[in-house]
Amino acid sequence: MDKFTTLTGIAAPLPLINIDTDMIIPKQFLKTIKRSGLGKNLFDEMRFDQSGNEIPDFVLNKPAYRKAQILVAGDNFGCGSSREHAPWALLDFGIRCVIAPSFADIFFNNCFKNGILPIPLPQEEVDQLMRDAENGANATMTIDLEAQEITRPDGQKIAFEIDPFRKHCLLNGLDDIGLSLTKVAAIDAFEASAQSARPWV
Amino acid sequence: MTAGKTLYDKIWDAHLVHEAEDGTCLLYIDRHLVHEVTSPQAFEGLRMAGRTVRAPEKTIAVPDHNVPTTPDRLKGGMNEESRIQVEALDKNAKDFGIHYYPVSDIRQGIVHIVGPEQGWTLPGMTVVCGDSHTATHGAFGALAHGIGTSEVEHVLATQTLIQKKSKNMKVEITGSLRPGVTAKDITLSVIGHTGTAGGTGYVIEYCGQAIRELSMEGRMTVCNMAIEGGARAGLIAPDEKTFDYVMGRPHAPKGAQWEAALTWWKTLFSDDDAHWDKVITIKGEDIAPVVTWGTSPEDVLPITDVVPAPEDFKGGKVDAARRSLEYMGLKPGQRLQDVEIDTVFIGSCTNGRIEDLRAAAEILKGKKIAVKRAMVVPGSGLVRAQAEEEGLADIFKEAGFEWRLAGCSMCLAMNPDQLQPGERCAATSNRNFEGRQGRGGRTHLMSPAMAAAAAITGRLTDVREMM
Repeated sequence: MDKFTTLTGIAAPLPLINIDTDMIIPKQFLKTIKRSGLGKNLFDEMRFDQSGNEIPDFVLNKPAYRKAQILVAGDNFGCGSSREHAPWALLDFGIRCVIAPSFADIFFNNCFKNGILPIPLPQEEVDQLMRDAENGANATMTIDLEAQEITRPDGQKIAFEIDPFRKHCLLNGLDDIGLSLTKVAAIDAFEASAQSARPWV
Repeated sequence: MTAGKTLYDKIWDAHLVHEAEDGTCLLYIDRHLVHEVTSPQAFEGLRMAGRTVRAPEKTIAVPDHNVPTTPDRLKGGMNEESRIQVEALDKNAKDFGIHYYPVSDIRQGIVHIVGPEQGWTLPGMTVVCGDSHTATHGAFGALAHGIGTSEVEHVLATQTLIQKKSKNMKVEITGSLRPGVTAKDITLSVIGHTGTAGGTGYVIEYCGQAIRELSMEGRMTVCNMAIEGGARAGLIAPDEKTFDYVMGRPHAPKGAQWEAALTWWKTLFSDDDAHWDKVITIKGEDIAPVVTWGTSPEDVLPITDVVPAPEDFKGGKVDAARRSLEYMGLKPGQRLQDVEIDTVFIGSCTNGRIEDLRAAAEILKGKKIAVKRAMVVPGSGLVRAQAEEEGLADIFKEAGFEWRLAGCSMCLAMNPDQLQPGERCAATSNRNFEGRQGRGGRTHLMSPAMAAAAAITGRLTDVREMM
């Protein structure tokens, strides 16, 4: 997993609530057995018409946002299916950070496993960033994970919260499995005691 | 004196392997269910790192999302990509020595139907699967939730999951349901009440007389959609109905182990003095047969209602409702009962169990469908066989329904069972998102009895008029 330290990039506005994982990556693209290559199908049914032509009005098709690295979106981003193809598609497109008033639980977890930083912020702050993002190619923001700060295009700063463990893993690009396997003795001990307490499991 | 514990607290505590100072926990996983779509990258990750499956005996795999449901499916008919995914699961199950129900096995079906049916799911367990509807297993008083593929790999390698504890929410449904009202109406009504983000950060325990009065099948329907309310998991405390359901299933404990298990299972309830972070109470008699009108599962209304106007809402929901109505081709003020339906889909992990098929067949008996197409997709090969034995299959077929083989089918339309653009479907599944059942397809969620009623009249229908 790539480290996440600081990110300076264009923010694209997506002012919709309940953006679900079916919108982020429709099911016909879940048939892959790989993690890579999903960026071309990100937001497929919003980005392309049925003949496969770009829908010019969709934000990521507009010249100013084609290289966006940050999304600013509405409440409950990533609701629905557990498909990790959603963060894989975002990442493959080049999105490393999503800012929204709230996120669905499984999507939120999945982001951290892939070096994507989801930032929940109060609605008023998301509204400010949404207005910033609407300024096209001038919508450049900087995310500093160590300092837990977003720098707006006008230089103003917005602080954000993050779980310390998750921050540590993102900053260092750590593999969860490797970390958990350092606790293998505790897992062994638990398994032995559970086996005697609940032998039917 | 310390406060009592909730059911969630008790299961959590019994599975805690390690807790760091910041509250990050390592939780032991008793059952890991695996399907073909969200697992190939996890097995590939294991291979690349030279790791193995820590507890193959606790890992169960079944293909369900991709598989065709037409009778000729064993002769081929899967597209190339789907076939590769199913074959990858065949190979991974074999290579890593995990329990497997291939497409050719009568026990094959939707993973969340197979788990309980085979007795893999037991009270007090932790159950995970790379699928958001894993919440289904909460009906047994098991802590069950969906995970992403990286977490699938983590569980395969370590049999644990890194977790932070959620908050406790109690959803109490008091009294009894009125005739024509089902578990699906309960779970949709709760989401209509809380919204799709109302449960975020919580584990929900459903309780109250109306929940106690539900069968195990009904309880699974209720817990199945906890995720649609944003909750990590839904739970129902086990009782005699649970124990009766579990007893004698192939992987349920037997003999002395059954007695020991039962003793522990009977302690699995929330203490009277347990702390709840949020409590919601709904009167069972106030719940009506409901349908969804929009493109979010929170867009729920009684069938007797009319389509709302965007201005009826606040904040971001105003634009969302406008977008939904345009997508759904509906007008504010239109009577829901006047909305015409093209297709009916009965099935899914929400409503693909025997009781669901019985409820639909009861309405359909001796009637004919008035829609372009209607299909029943049983949740497992065993549900299908039982329905055939009970004569339900004949009722469906005589009414004009297609009688399919088991799988996820048109719930997520990864296989050939899809809606065409603009096609409107009465569905017993769990999501009405844009494009969920096929690009441009329009989904109205409802109970199996309501879907059967819609099939007969060709429009959204109040099933109570047919009882």
